[in-house]
Amino acid sequence: MTSFNARRVRNDTPLFTRVINERPITYLDSAASSVPPRAVIEAMSRHYERRHANVHRGVYQTANESTHDYEHAREAIARFINAPGGANEIVFTKNATESFNLLAKSWRAANLQAGDVVLISEMEHHANIVPWFQLRDALGIEVRFIPVNDDFRLELSSIDELMKGVKLVSVTAMSNVLGTINPLKELAAVAHRHGALIAVDAAQSVGHSATNVAELDVDFFIFSAHKMLGPTGLGIFWTRQAILADMPPFLGGGGMIADVSTAGYVPAKGPTRFEAGTPPIAEAAGLGAAVLYLEGLGMDDVHEYERFLTEDALTRLEAEFDGRIRVIGPSNTFERGGVISLDVQGVHAHDVAQVLDQFGVCVRPGHHCAKPLMKRFNLSATARASYGPYSLVSDTDVLLEALSDAVKLFG
Amino acid sequence: MSNLEDLYREVILDHYRSPRNRGELATPPAIRVEGFNPLCGDEVVVYLLVDGDRLLDIKLTGHGCSISQSSSSLMSAAVKGKPLDQVRETIKKFKQLMTVHESSLETTSKPEVIDARTLGELAALQGVVKFPVRIKCAVLAWNTLSQALDEVSA
Repeated sequence: MTSFNARRVRNDTPLFTRVINERPITYLDSAASSVPPRAVIEAMSRHYERRHANVHRGVYQTANESTHDYEHAREAIARFINAPGGANEIVFTKNATESFNLLAKSWRAANLQAGDVVLISEMEHHANIVPWFQLRDALGIEVRFIPVNDDFRLELSSIDELMKGVKLVSVTAMSNVLGTINPLKELAAVAHRHGALIAVDAAQSVGHSATNVAELDVDFFIFSAHKMLGPTGLGIFWTRQAILADMPPFLGGGGMIADVSTAGYVPAKGPTRFEAGTPPIAEAAGLGAAVLYLEGLGMDDVHEYERFLTEDALTRLEAEFDGRIRVIGPSNTFERGGVISLDVQGVHAHDVAQVLDQFGVCVRPGHHCAKPLMKRFNLSATARASYGPYSLVSDTDVLLEALSDAVKLFG
Repeated sequence: MSNLEDLYREVILDHYRSPRNRGELATPPAIRVEGFNPLCGDEVVVYLLVDGDRLLDIKLTGHGCSISQSSSSLMSAAVKGKPLDQVRETIKKFKQLMTVHESSLETTSKPEVIDARTLGELAALQGVVKFPVRIKCAVLAWNTLSQALDEVSA
């Protein structure tokens, strides 16, 4: 066990004072959205209470402060993921899904044509599937899938075969259903060897482990603020400056231009070219605070602590339910994160979640926006429990108690 | 836990574990209509064999939670062999039973009481209205049946 002080994180996080069905909330849905600490909420409140000005325009003091907070968040994110080109490589979007659409619509314009292949995997979230199918339908590209094997891992034995004609590999860093952590460095090397670029869906990994995009040698990195203790409504898109400079604008409007006349427009250079309209300013202030908070915790310690929680949960699930509850994901906690998908034999995931709610336990039932993966394992739904740095072993105690009740009720 | 017992009544669990009228019918003469709940992935397939103004036979397949599957099973038992106008009447009553009344969310009073005797075993599903997100599970089969009847009369 680490010396990580999760109890302190919990005390910093106001949501945990909530009582649900006469029990303290047991929040096990961090994979859907992590819970912001007070520091994040206060940073957002401070924006509305003390600043509340639009960014990049005004010359008055509060406008400068707003701009500072917004740009400071960009710098904080660049530092947090070790972007080699710094803040100029960080684009803010509405969410990770919009970041994928930015990639699919803007980057492809100069780089993909009919017949080109985008290689994704069977364990992707719909956000990293549907934009590519839209391109397939509009442009005639091919969308190819890396299979997932019975050990819940990407099947890479035929990867060189799969790479034929591929211009872009786009895979998740960590599955939001299985918890599987993918070998990004290895995949980046494969992609580059075949002359392709690699994009990463880091929504599930970035708030739970240390990130170094330069060391991974990937080309695009996409994630969202609210899965790293930040607010909703803000997504992040990172790519190398050289690639970003060649990408045409995405959405058009104010803020993304260098000049507009009756003859036409000239887009801005740098990340603001992709940030049309008033951006999520309070949210960026919140994200800046979230980064500081996570840096204070230490991402390696967060990762090791959540690994410990996962190990404890997997061991007890197996011991106490003797096969009645199946974990859909790898058993080796060094190859997976704290996302635990459960298949309770004879009880549908929605019924499991309903019983758990009576204990104040928040888990997510359903297909988790990963229908190809569910189909791969012949499942219609799982009940997914997921941890954050504020999670405690006592959360797992309540989860197991509630699961016993669900099993008992359905016989 | 009384709310939960209200939702998962013994009748519901029984129909979930041993669904009635499960299976398929040859099409034609039967018609087949699919119902789908994209949010949770529940699926119901209804097979109807209609002769004149009577629902001769009904079979169901599909998968989903205990509420959607038991509701399908209870529905099939309630409408099989009945005249079509009576089937439509039962659908109407059931949908009424599943309507959330604003007042029932604010107070503990029960929603407008529907004579449970006219609904038989179906009344077991009335606990579902206390869990508004589950109502869509309970009505999936009924909406599918309703759609199938429209196809028959079209």
